[in-house]
Amino acid sequence: MRHIRKVFPGVVALDDVSFDLKAGEVHVLLGENGAGKSTLVKILSGAIQKTDGEIVLFDNPVEIDSPKQAQKLGIGIIYQELNLVPSLTAAENIFLGRERTNSVGLIEKHTLLSSAQHILSSIGLQIDCDQPVRSFGIAQRQMIEVAKALSLDARILIMDEPTSALSETEIKQLFGVIRKLREKGVAIIYISHRLQEIFEIGDRVTVLRDGKLVGTRMVYETSQAELVKMMVNRELKEQYPRHRTDRGEEILRVEKLNRKGALRDISFSLHRGEILGISGLLGSGRTELARALFGADRIDSGEIVIKGKCRKINSPRTAVKLGLGFLTEDRKSQGLVLSLSVKDNITLSSLDLFSRLGVISNKREEREAKSFIEQLRIKTPSNHQKVLNLSGGNQQKVVLAKWLSRKADIFIFDEPTRGIDVGSKVEIYQLMNQLTAEGVAIIMISSELPEVLGMSDRILIMYQHTIVCELKSEEATQERVMRYALGAA
Amino acid sequence: MKKELLIQNSRQLGTFVGLIVVTAVFWILSPYFLTISNLMNIAEQASINAVIAVGMTFVIIAAGIDLSVGSIVALSGVVLAGALQASLPVPVAILLGLGVGALCGLSNGLLISFGRLPPFIATLGMMSVARGIALFYTDGRPVSGFSAEFRSLATGEIARIPSPVIIMIVLYILAHCILHWTKLGRYTYAIGGNEEAANLSGINTRMIKTTIYALCGMLSGLAAVLLTARLNSAQPIAGLMYELDAIAAVVIGGTSLLGGEGTISGTLIGVLIMGILRNGLNLVGVSSFTQQVVIGSVIILAVLIDMAVRKDRTILLAKGIIK
Repeated sequence: MRHIRKVFPGVVALDDVSFDLKAGEVHVLLGENGAGKSTLVKILSGAIQKTDGEIVLFDNPVEIDSPKQAQKLGIGIIYQELNLVPSLTAAENIFLGRERTNSVGLIEKHTLLSSAQHILSSIGLQIDCDQPVRSFGIAQRQMIEVAKALSLDARILIMDEPTSALSETEIKQLFGVIRKLREKGVAIIYISHRLQEIFEIGDRVTVLRDGKLVGTRMVYETSQAELVKMMVNRELKEQYPRHRTDRGEEILRVEKLNRKGALRDISFSLHRGEILGISGLLGSGRTELARALFGADRIDSGEIVIKGKCRKINSPRTAVKLGLGFLTEDRKSQGLVLSLSVKDNITLSSLDLFSRLGVISNKREEREAKSFIEQLRIKTPSNHQKVLNLSGGNQQKVVLAKWLSRKADIFIFDEPTRGIDVGSKVEIYQLMNQLTAEGVAIIMISSELPEVLGMSDRILIMYQHTIVCELKSEEATQERVMRYALGAA
Repeated sequence: MKKELLIQNSRQLGTFVGLIVVTAVFWILSPYFLTISNLMNIAEQASINAVIAVGMTFVIIAAGIDLSVGSIVALSGVVLAGALQASLPVPVAILLGLGVGALCGLSNGLLISFGRLPPFIATLGMMSVARGIALFYTDGRPVSGFSAEFRSLATGEIARIPSPVIIMIVLYILAHCILHWTKLGRYTYAIGGNEEAANLSGINTRMIKTTIYALCGMLSGLAAVLLTARLNSAQPIAGLMYELDAIAAVVIGGTSLLGGEGTISGTLIGVLIMGILRNGLNLVGVSSFTQQVVIGSVIILAVLIDMAVRKDRTILLAKGIIK
């Protein structure tokens, strides 16, 4: 792939990235969330089209305009969310859509089974392929996907974070399969966040950052330290106008929070007037932590102490009553009712304050909404505009207004500035400053390292469902945070 | 700004234009159609579907569906009739009828909110259960013959307006107010628009949903009271296909089956369109078989137009012509 460029409306996702792959090698793609890894492999697998650049396959320039085309060219991809039909058998899945039929149109089950078995044993997997996929574990399902790709004569196999849901032994098994494939001359693009794995399985590694190519290294020539540096080394362009305020009393304390498969022994405390940053890669448990605190997901064990009292939070309703406000990662699907007006959304949580016996006082409600529209400078033609029609930044302000109206004093911001333009970002940061100055406490979850470093007073770093490190903002650097987030302590 | 408003309300406007067109057509076809007495007749005939459609509007705005309303009408009706024949005071008997309806609705609501059943399935089950109980309770026979006091609910008049029509008007004003001025109403829209966001805003979505289904059941009970009073008889096989009439009225009225949008005034127009079609086709002498074909086609046409208008809106939105 040479000089690949991909432009989404408003964003350059990939800028002049070149990448080469040799037969029989495992080439690791490394980068932060949003660095452009997924975009690159999606272009190669035909899921999206490049804006510019060329792809050369075995010395022939090719155009890949659909997943089907990629399949024909021998490019297979295994996504994190597997694409198997759980109720069909392993063999049926492998040959889905390409079943060999006999003269009367019936599927030749015997041939199907034996060819499936043949492929599976060639990668060293011994399973009964007449069992429904549902009955297999995730690792085995992945290998069924691999087998499916091989049955299509894939010469290039893309694996997107294949180990994220696997146990140690399953990973070993998968690596065994990968080595077998490598011996057979299959080229593998391997996307992973886990640094150790790179050294165990990779031949070469290419690092992307902010849609640009940083460099390619031979694995045996590089080190964890060098890779981390390549991933995060960027100048701080944006403004983070954090005004630190004096830390007040403790408002929230969490002790040994556990939730099976999502959170492990989480303990921390939060004080009035501070912003506590939570950093970690996708799937590290950041959002799960926020949802558990807010009562959206059940916890198995642990204590949550709010304003000195131990509390059981078993629904968002309880959380809201206790003063928590949650600005979700995905505003549109979880934060807003898009079909309702700006006013209705602002007062959604606080209608109790404007109603008596269930009847809403229209005047007071309008006044409340207006005051927040002015105070937060929400750009909307009127109170009655549907939020659907506002920009991302203004939508985020509406969600913020909802919790301000409810008089929440513990705010959880999950990706507060995702999908928001630079101007509005700074406004949101300033509002966070204002909030902490008034004694509100903020937990800020973010994938953007500069944002975490720029705005937090303390930073918790999560890795594999637990907090691995706490750093004061003065001692945190992008490299340190990234090292912990990658599990390279 | 004015233009915006016009386009924003275009759906409501479309239904209203539909009402006028249907009225005009029958006015031309039959001289008797647009007389006061026939109009009262239409309103009275439509009142039962109107009462059920109110509950259905709440349910559909909350992104649900209730298929059990027709069977609840039958069950409430026979329980009410049984109570009247046991010489219970009329108000008590009526409360009993409403209570049975509310109870059926409540179990729908609990099954949907707490049992996490899809509304379609929960109310489909209730449709059969309520009908079965009604048949069992009466041994399949109608219960007839009530006091004049009770029948006056259907036969009475105030200022020459039949009492079912008065009940209907009061109910629509009340429902409009609930939908626009109370927390229950606001939360109904919020749940239909985005249940997850409503839940994460601290709204007790399960309780609200349960309340809405209970309300819908109770209104079916009210419809049963009106029906029983009018026919002077309660039948275990009453209310067949009522759910479809109610859903059709709500949908013709511009309420989205996806939830989150809709109005009570729209439903009223939808109910009237359905009522006028039935009455008008009768007047013109169209056979009841053909009527079904016409009414079905009108429902499909109404929704097709509605979707086209909505698509236009999306395009206009995308082009930034309206905001």
